[in-house]
Amino acid sequence: MGNSYIAFKALLKGLDLEVILPPPITQRTLALGSKYAPECACLPLKTNVGNFIEALELGADTIVMAGGWGPCRFGYYAQIQRGILEDLGYSFNMVVFEPPDTGFDDLIEQARFLGGGIRFKEALSLFKFAWNKLIACEKLEKAIEFYLPRSEEKEQALAVYRQGLQAIDMAESREEVHFCADQSIQRLKNLSCRNDIQPLKIGLLGEIFTILEPGTNYYICETLGLLGVEVKRSIYLTDWINDHLLAGLVKKSRRKKIIKRARPYINYWVGGHGRETVGYAVEYARRGYDGLIQIGPLTCMPEIVAQTVLPRVSEDKGIPVMTLWFDEQSSAAGIQTRLEAFIDMLQRQKSSYSREVEA
Amino acid sequence: MNCYLGIDIGSVSSNFVLIDEKGRVLLDLYMRTHGNPIRAVQEGLALLQEKVDVKELVISGVGTTGSGRYLAAVLTGADVVKNEITAHAVAAAFYYPHVRTVIEIGGQDSKMILLKNGIVYDFAMNTVCAAGTGSFLDQQAARLQIPIEQFGGLAAHAQQPVRIAGRCGVFAESDMIHKQQMGYPTEDILMGLCEALVRNYLNNVGKGKKIEEPIVFQGGVAANQGLHQAFERNLGMKINIPPYYAVMGAMGAALLAREHIENVRHSTQFKGFDFIVDSDFQTQSFECKSCPNLCEVVSIRCGDQILAYWGDRCKRWESSIKMKHSRLKVI
Repeated sequence: MGNSYIAFKALLKGLDLEVILPPPITQRTLALGSKYAPECACLPLKTNVGNFIEALELGADTIVMAGGWGPCRFGYYAQIQRGILEDLGYSFNMVVFEPPDTGFDDLIEQARFLGGGIRFKEALSLFKFAWNKLIACEKLEKAIEFYLPRSEEKEQALAVYRQGLQAIDMAESREEVHFCADQSIQRLKNLSCRNDIQPLKIGLLGEIFTILEPGTNYYICETLGLLGVEVKRSIYLTDWINDHLLAGLVKKSRRKKIIKRARPYINYWVGGHGRETVGYAVEYARRGYDGLIQIGPLTCMPEIVAQTVLPRVSEDKGIPVMTLWFDEQSSAAGIQTRLEAFIDMLQRQKSSYSREVEA
Repeated sequence: MNCYLGIDIGSVSSNFVLIDEKGRVLLDLYMRTHGNPIRAVQEGLALLQEKVDVKELVISGVGTTGSGRYLAAVLTGADVVKNEITAHAVAAAFYYPHVRTVIEIGGQDSKMILLKNGIVYDFAMNTVCAAGTGSFLDQQAARLQIPIEQFGGLAAHAQQPVRIAGRCGVFAESDMIHKQQMGYPTEDILMGLCEALVRNYLNNVGKGKKIEEPIVFQGGVAANQGLHQAFERNLGMKINIPPYYAVMGAMGAALLAREHIENVRHSTQFKGFDFIVDSDFQTQSFECKSCPNLCEVVSIRCGDQILAYWGDRCKRWESSIKMKHSRLKVI
């Protein structure tokens, strides 16, 4: 998902395994996925099926997939995918990582299976290295989200960002990883940035897969940045791993606070990130953001629940909200129009408000 | 005399509006796009040239909107490129300063825009379904062999509108065929279609939105009296139809161009009637193979000169031409 492949590559490369990364998500991935996945399933299932088929074509013999439990359908996807791929005649092993909420035993056993003969100490240092790559990628992502709307040479800024990611991918030591990230951030800073302007600030909320994978959301963060908007996402992968896989051991978690914010709009765990979406909506409204965009794959149940609640948050807190659903459409024109209209609306609201204050 | 030109290139129609400095409409044109936006722009401008004495007028600013807004902007040298929502809202608020709800039904999309004090505060567009749009009416009118212009007048004479399920365009059609076979009069079926479209619109586009008066109904479909009646009946409110309802998008674009020229930049980039009408514009598309995204890139050229590229996600092509109007504010 998104740039996380850089970290996963680093992690798996250190193990005694040959790793085949699925090629980036393209039209072909989606075409394969929607051909073989059930029509009414959500986009993550379709994309993953496409990813796996492309990886199997390249000779992969083991698939690692995340599991899960609760109201969101995702927890069952690994099993469905196994079925679909087996029906297609592929033979492979499937390792499903279930979240440790159900106990660490399975996780350790599966990790051992994948790790082969590797010792615990080595595994730990490998994990740390991959974790650092992930942190470096996110540092850079946050930097582009901040500098892109302010930069006057936007294409140049995007090029620096992409080069930075490549450099992090190639880096072989922890120091080098952070050096690459910091250097790229410095270069972004130097790219004729207008620090005097205060760009619109939008909070991007919603389902994890569509937020993290630009291939499924029509590069919404970049598009908004190019339109001169600063974006803050409700989900960054390090937070998610910390909260859900490592039980909040690595860094301080904001999750509890955010879930509290969702009250009284949503008091019950509705699966996926439904509660977090509403919680972050309240949080961003309090921090004075100009608008919110909720995104998710079409038919995503937890986000539908959140969507029905968001108009009330919007009214109570006076912050505009727009919801966009993504499915296997190929035209970005509709998305572009809606984004432009939304931003235009926020801009006009803001300038009419400041006119009122002046008068 | 100084005047401003607004161009709205939509999926079905291409509209042109010429306004003076006070916002009075000097000329409006409503044409069919016929799937060729470049020719639509050229024909539209040629017609404008014929109808008004161009020598007496100075085009001080140009604005474009609609799904073909970028293309039209490149061809004409527009000063503002705006999305349809803003353009329609601005035009509605120009005629009805206190408007709260704008209902706009176009060829392929339908919108609801909610305003407060002349500022948009919420909007919605139809999603993947076409059942609530003008194209649907167009098709069904063609099926019944009734010219679309007479559709509304006939529907308004219905005694008892038949019930047609409006959830899906295809099923609505089979519903309609069934009613035809049963022998219901055509007017009643037409009105039934209008009712179905209105229900679909209110359920899909207006889902969860608070509709308040004054309401303005615009877009080419507003000519349809049947729909006008159906909306008033369903909402129990008065629906206003502005004088230039069919070209409100272009009207908004012209007003925005005026605002931009008056406040931000003081000279236009308009390329002139002769250049636009007489040039031979060519488009070309290719698949960029620089990365696995395989973007479909389109280029527009005039003779040997490439005017613009778009369609590339990474902007490598788009930025390869330092477009003269890089100052052009695309919002």
